[in-house]
Amino acid sequence: MTVPGVVVCRTGTANLASVIAALRRAGAAPRTSHSADDIRTASHVVLPGVGTFGAAMDTLRSTGTDDALKQRIESGRPLLAICVGFQLLCRTSEESPDAVGLGLIDDRVTRFPDGVRVPQFGWNSLAPGSGCRTLVAGHAYFANSYRLERAPRGWRAAMADHGGPFVAALERDALVACQFHPELSGSWGAALIGRWLAMPC
Amino acid sequence: MLTARVIPCLDVDAGRVVKGVRFQGLKDAGDPVELATAYERQGADEIVMLDVSATPQGRHNARDAVAAVRQDLGIPLTVGGGVRSTDDAGALLEAGADKVAANTAAVSRPELLAEMAGKFGRQCTVVAIDAAANGDAWEVVTLSGRQRTGMDAIHWAVQAVEHGAGEILLTSWDRDGTRSGYETRLIAAVAAAVPVPVIASGGAASPAHLVEALGHGADAVLAASIFHESDYTVGDVKQAMARAGIPTRPAPGHGNQGSHA
Repeated sequence: MTVPGVVVCRTGTANLASVIAALRRAGAAPRTSHSADDIRTASHVVLPGVGTFGAAMDTLRSTGTDDALKQRIESGRPLLAICVGFQLLCRTSEESPDAVGLGLIDDRVTRFPDGVRVPQFGWNSLAPGSGCRTLVAGHAYFANSYRLERAPRGWRAAMADHGGPFVAALERDALVACQFHPELSGSWGAALIGRWLAMPC
Repeated sequence: MLTARVIPCLDVDAGRVVKGVRFQGLKDAGDPVELATAYERQGADEIVMLDVSATPQGRHNARDAVAAVRQDLGIPLTVGGGVRSTDDAGALLEAGADKVAANTAAVSRPELLAEMAGKFGRQCTVVAIDAAANGDAWEVVTLSGRQRTGMDAIHWAVQAVEHGAGEILLTSWDRDGTRSGYETRLIAAVAAAVPVPVIASGGAASPAHLVEALGHGADAVLAASIFHESDYTVGDVKQAMARAGIPTRPAPGHGNQGSHA
């Protein structure tokens, strides 16, 4: 079996060490890039969550990777979006009210309600909806203050609860979008990354 | 629903895990990579590494230890100790930390927390607070307990969150290393005062102690010696939590329904 050539999209300055290490443990040969060509041509692309919604979108726009990502997603080629990377698929976010996201999901990301710990730090249980293939039941590690409340039409969704239901992850074609961090979700997360890497490009 | 976290803590000096009472009489307790991955297999929800090196050379080795642990560890890693600037925090994040904890430097200059949160996000920014009893209240102590600050610990916790801390690592200086149980009144007071998660630390000797801290409002419990000395595994703690009705992620290989048969 060939080793998938995974490109990790650079969305800012913070660390990608956990994502890179998890991909290596899964047998992939990851490299980071913010070149639109790399995002278009790589067999597999990871869009990690780094910094705020607005700052990450600014980076994607300035490097032209926003259009490359949209093309990838519309053609159904393998993409793994993580945390803020997941939120970037939406139209807007309460975190950065002036920023416009990739807009593939026509909804707004909002802050968790008062009365629960924010940020949500820790392992929450996932309930995958019927038809989910890559997403399975288990506990995943979350580190987020904002979330998508409703599953969008046309996607298979796994839900979790923190002060009310929220979208833990979505899947469609070879796109897996996780609000949680699969790279930090132990053996359960490693198995998820393995299933995604096995998707044909 | 969100589960309570069990967090083994590795005190690292010059690249080796050490143990001691209030940082005195340090003894070698093993290799950080071996210990961290063993705890992950036992069901640890996160690992905290505290760099207790006194020298720049030791700090360099600590960063190497973070990078080595990251290669093999599949759960979150929080690193603290000697963080004085966003450059220090950035170096640890680049080496493989997921969160960075600031302690003494944040007390002297609380803006450090705002700078860290601004650059890396609140999700990466932890404030470590060491508190010592002072009458009916608790006073913040710094420099590994050598410096009393006169600051009220509850007030500082609230301020630290306002500056940008996304999580509080709360250590009872009176209990640390004594194995006499967590300071539950301190935990309850801080947990009620802030909206962010609180990790309780200092004094654990048995699974019952960890369960007790969680029952007093802690979102996570940190312990070192009970795990390093193999008195108990993380799985033992999780079984005690499940019996007490505290939501927990079962140790790997124990199913995923949050309870034990």
